[in-house]
Amino acid sequence: MTTEQEIASTRVAYGQALAEIGYTNPNIIVLDADLAKSTQTILFGKEHPDRFFYVGISEQNMMSMAAGLAANGKTVFASTFAVFATGRAFDQVRVGISWPNLNVKIVASHGGISVGEDGASAQSIEDYALMASLPSFTVVIPADAYAVKKAIPLVAEAKGPFYVRTHRPATPVVYSSDDCPFEIGKANMLRDGTDATIIAVGILVHEAVAAAEMLQEEEGISCRVLDMHTLKPMDVDAVISAAQDTGAIVTAEDHQVQGGLGSGVARILAENYPVPVEYLALDGYGTSGPYLELMTHFDFTPEAIREKVKNVIARKVG
Amino acid sequence: MLTDNVTVKNLEAVAKQVRRNIVRMLTKSQSGHPGGSLSAVELLVALYFSVLKYDPDNPEWPDRDRFILSKGHATPVLYSVLAESGYFPADELMTFRQLGSRLQGHVDRDSTPGVEMSGGSLGMGLSFGLGVALAARFDAKDFNVFVMMGDGECEEGQVWEAAMAAAHFNLNRVTAIIDHNKIQNDGYVKDIMNVAPLAPKWSAFGWHTIEINGHRFDEILDAYDEAMKTEDRPSVIIAHTVKGKSISFMENNPDYHGKAPTAEQAEQAIREIDES
Repeated sequence: MTTEQEIASTRVAYGQALAEIGYTNPNIIVLDADLAKSTQTILFGKEHPDRFFYVGISEQNMMSMAAGLAANGKTVFASTFAVFATGRAFDQVRVGISWPNLNVKIVASHGGISVGEDGASAQSIEDYALMASLPSFTVVIPADAYAVKKAIPLVAEAKGPFYVRTHRPATPVVYSSDDCPFEIGKANMLRDGTDATIIAVGILVHEAVAAAEMLQEEEGISCRVLDMHTLKPMDVDAVISAAQDTGAIVTAEDHQVQGGLGSGVARILAENYPVPVEYLALDGYGTSGPYLELMTHFDFTPEAIREKVKNVIARKVG
Repeated sequence: MLTDNVTVKNLEAVAKQVRRNIVRMLTKSQSGHPGGSLSAVELLVALYFSVLKYDPDNPEWPDRDRFILSKGHATPVLYSVLAESGYFPADELMTFRQLGSRLQGHVDRDSTPGVEMSGGSLGMGLSFGLGVALAARFDAKDFNVFVMMGDGECEEGQVWEAAMAAAHFNLNRVTAIIDHNKIQNDGYVKDIMNVAPLAPKWSAFGWHTIEINGHRFDEILDAYDEAMKTEDRPSVIIAHTVKGKSISFMENNPDYHGKAPTAEQAEQAIREIDES
């Protein structure tokens, strides 16, 4: 690739999208727990100050207040860091939002190890396993800023609770414009192939595409790449087709290995069409360091995905 | 519908019936929480029979006053009062906690007409009530929001997050009611984790505090009136009550926080309620 890679921030895209739909949807209320300058809900707050509330550093209170607002007809966006939104207030989300199936959209920034220097306590590596375990939740992890802009208006219109993860750093874009395809529950095939399929979410989608290009150019291996932006409900047909058409699957995600994308894919395959699977994910906590150095340190690279693909192809039967 | 001119005598008769219902439904279900239900009877009867505006035929009426049971295990008293208020037939109380019943063990807004919040985990109701009051502000509605908590529940940190936020947002339509029966699951509140003194704590958090005997209807009605007339701050009513009130072997006995009476005990309990 000779052109310079465009990078853009998923959390800024969230703030911009939210501020925009605030003009057409007067029913939206936004709550933030003293991190609006980071989650970028501040962009909504500046445009719609009457519908934006700081609840202070009290995530439990924020989630139960969101439930009260939603139970009385409001569509509530509640934002803070992913670790706090999902871990600190899990019981409030479980009992108050998920069980009664309320219209609360938890959009959390700083997902995964890409948080960088703040280190393990701030790096949310269990967030979407927790949220996906809640029966009524839909879980969305857009791959880039363009996908966020497409996703947020759809999330606002959809019924029921959502969890959406954004990231701290500006990250390489996968799509080229706001016209990128985005349908909740439907994976995007970014590249077709015959030898294996790489299924990725979030910031690993870009690395998956790069790995597929590398494999094609350097080794003549043909990979399909799926952006599984909706982790739950997962696009079952896309996973089964990938298994049938390519016979081997690699999953890639910035999250710990249990309860994430890999587990979800494996469950679908085990029930429908078992093929070999390799997982690129975390198995332990993160650490402090610059984001790009951490990406290398934790093998979130095209090269690491390439090795997983070669391994999984070697395991194919016949 | 505002029920006017209901005499204290009438309220006392309703309270007796509510207590009988509580004993009968728990005896049938052989599980549930009698102590903290019996302590809250007068507080809820006064609210539903003399204060709240609601329409049992239209539980979703947007202008209704809201009652939120944060101590979500005290469903026996709430269901009994809702039945007596016309939300559903009193016979249905006998399905409490059974498979397929609308009367779930803990409050469930999707199952039970008249129940505003799904809960059961302590400490969440006041925050929920703030969200409701905030929604009312947006919709230019002036209904009241009452939230009942336990005294043991005040050990939950979230209660104080919400206490701070209520004053910060000046949600003056919110009234917290604390059923201060001095007993929690494992024993006396003062021994498990002392929450006293409650009034200075709430006052320091910016609330108008009212302290009453939670079994005297005259004091309860005055307290609700004072709370609703207080415009500059949210109000909290600290109601001193007796856990297991009106049943001798349950009164002030931590064992009956979450234990149902036997059939024999139930007979004695009903007798004592009748004679009280």
